[in-house]
Amino acid sequence: MANMLGMDEIQMRLLREVADLHKVPEGAYNIRSNSEAAGRQSTANIEIIPKEGGNGIDIYIKPGTKNESVHIPVVMTKSGLKEVVYNDFHIGEDADVIIVAGCGIDNCGTQDSEHDGIHRFFVGKNAKIKYVEKHYGSGTGSGKRILNPGTEVYQEENSTVEMEMVQIKGVDDTTRDTTAELAAGAKLLVRERLMTHGEQRAISTYVVNLNGEGATADVVSRSVARDDSFQKFDAKIIGNAPCSGHTECDSIIMDRGRILAVPGLEANDVDAALVHEAAIGKIAGDQIIKLMTLGLTEQEAEEQIINGFLK
Amino acid sequence: MLELKNISFLVDDEGTDKEIIRDISLTIPDRKLVVITGPNGGGKSTLARLIVGIEKPTSGQILFNGEDITEKSITERAKMGIGFAFQQPVRFKGIQVLDLIRIATGRRTSVAEACEYLSAVGLCAHDYIDREVNSSLSGGELKRIEIATVLARATKLSVFDEPEAGIDLWSFQNLIDVFQNMRKNIKDSSILIISHQERILNIADEIIVLKDGKLEEEGGRDEVLPGLIGTASATRACEKLA
Repeated sequence: MANMLGMDEIQMRLLREVADLHKVPEGAYNIRSNSEAAGRQSTANIEIIPKEGGNGIDIYIKPGTKNESVHIPVVMTKSGLKEVVYNDFHIGEDADVIIVAGCGIDNCGTQDSEHDGIHRFFVGKNAKIKYVEKHYGSGTGSGKRILNPGTEVYQEENSTVEMEMVQIKGVDDTTRDTTAELAAGAKLLVRERLMTHGEQRAISTYVVNLNGEGATADVVSRSVARDDSFQKFDAKIIGNAPCSGHTECDSIIMDRGRILAVPGLEANDVDAALVHEAAIGKIAGDQIIKLMTLGLTEQEAEEQIINGFLK
Repeated sequence: MLELKNISFLVDDEGTDKEIIRDISLTIPDRKLVVITGPNGGGKSTLARLIVGIEKPTSGQILFNGEDITEKSITERAKMGIGFAFQQPVRFKGIQVLDLIRIATGRRTSVAEACEYLSAVGLCAHDYIDREVNSSLSGGELKRIEIATVLARATKLSVFDEPEAGIDLWSFQNLIDVFQNMRKNIKDSSILIISHQERILNIADEIIVLKDGKLEEEGGRDEVLPGLIGTASATRACEKLA
């Protein structure tokens, strides 16, 4: 694949990290490498069209498309690149697809590298999507690896969106803004997993509007802040109709890490049932002791606990 | 074989030293199931924690198969072959039952093998192997998984701190069966159970009675048990309900 897409080993490694891609994916894909298209393929049901000016793509998924996937990974290996990309997903009624996005930055230079991906999802009636987004940074340069994803979700009646957002390693600075508008019977499920190290900073904000009867949202974040890193999780669910919403922030702090959780609920309808939970704390001492009695060292025990927590 | 020599353990109680364990010397021989009993607050659980390394004695010496382990860490003792089942099992978000069993065995145990350990503690393995060891499990389920992790380690010395606590009566007989099976397959290892349940005392080879941090009595079951019946050191399962 490296030859086919004209990519080098580092780019291929990033691609594996963010999209689990070891070869050219089946189905539709668009691979963006150092601000240029490295490969693109549409299928009979999924059409990928570049926007004018090259700053993004439109993805059209035909109504009724089932069991197909779209991969749209981004990799950056040049120091000092800064780009804003707009990707719009138009998902037809009754479709059922998996969308895998993700961005990997390898910055060995001294200048900051930044990718700001704005994804918009227009999800038709009864359509179902699973969206997986992974972020990864590597490289030993002093230049920062910056990712600022913006996600806007517009769900029509009885549609389902399941989002899995993962950022475990190497991203120095991230501001993630996610908004969602749900019509009657629509369902949104978000699972966010985040780990920050060193001096990293991550801010994640959700604003979910439940506008129709029977709309449901479940936004759950699990995160670990190590070293001197800082995280802010700000999740707001607004119930404008008879609906149900749940938001949860569950975090482990280590070393001198700091976490600010700001769960917010707003009920504008008497039949809106909204719940939030937030818990922040260090690893419980008895968890470490238990694993040590099974033969792990203190450090191995911590790693197991964190791996499980973020699984 | 485990030997405790003149073990004392003091804690700071609002400025004054409080002696939890007072100059205890005892031996847990190989090929024996030993039960430590005694009234609540007598120091039983503390003694177990000293043996496993969670607490360090203020004075005295602990020998395991002849080697001085007094200054060894929990991990080192675990690696030498000491296993421990907590009175109150710990919960972990995200870690599944299979993960925990694999950590216990120290290898990528097959699902089939892991299921054997779960079946041995009376859990339908199929229903539990993928469950998270979190608050979705009941106290009794957690307790059995805890015991399964100790079985999986196949240690030379297995220490159980009040294994019956949190287990319902229905499961209690099953628990006795688990220990009887362990006793049958004991080979050169030894089993130490902290308990004041008469039915657990009934399957002991030897009984040690701790009271006020001191060793009150020790000896073979037939010698010690008759004197304990009807006291706080040998309660019946039903009495716990009262």
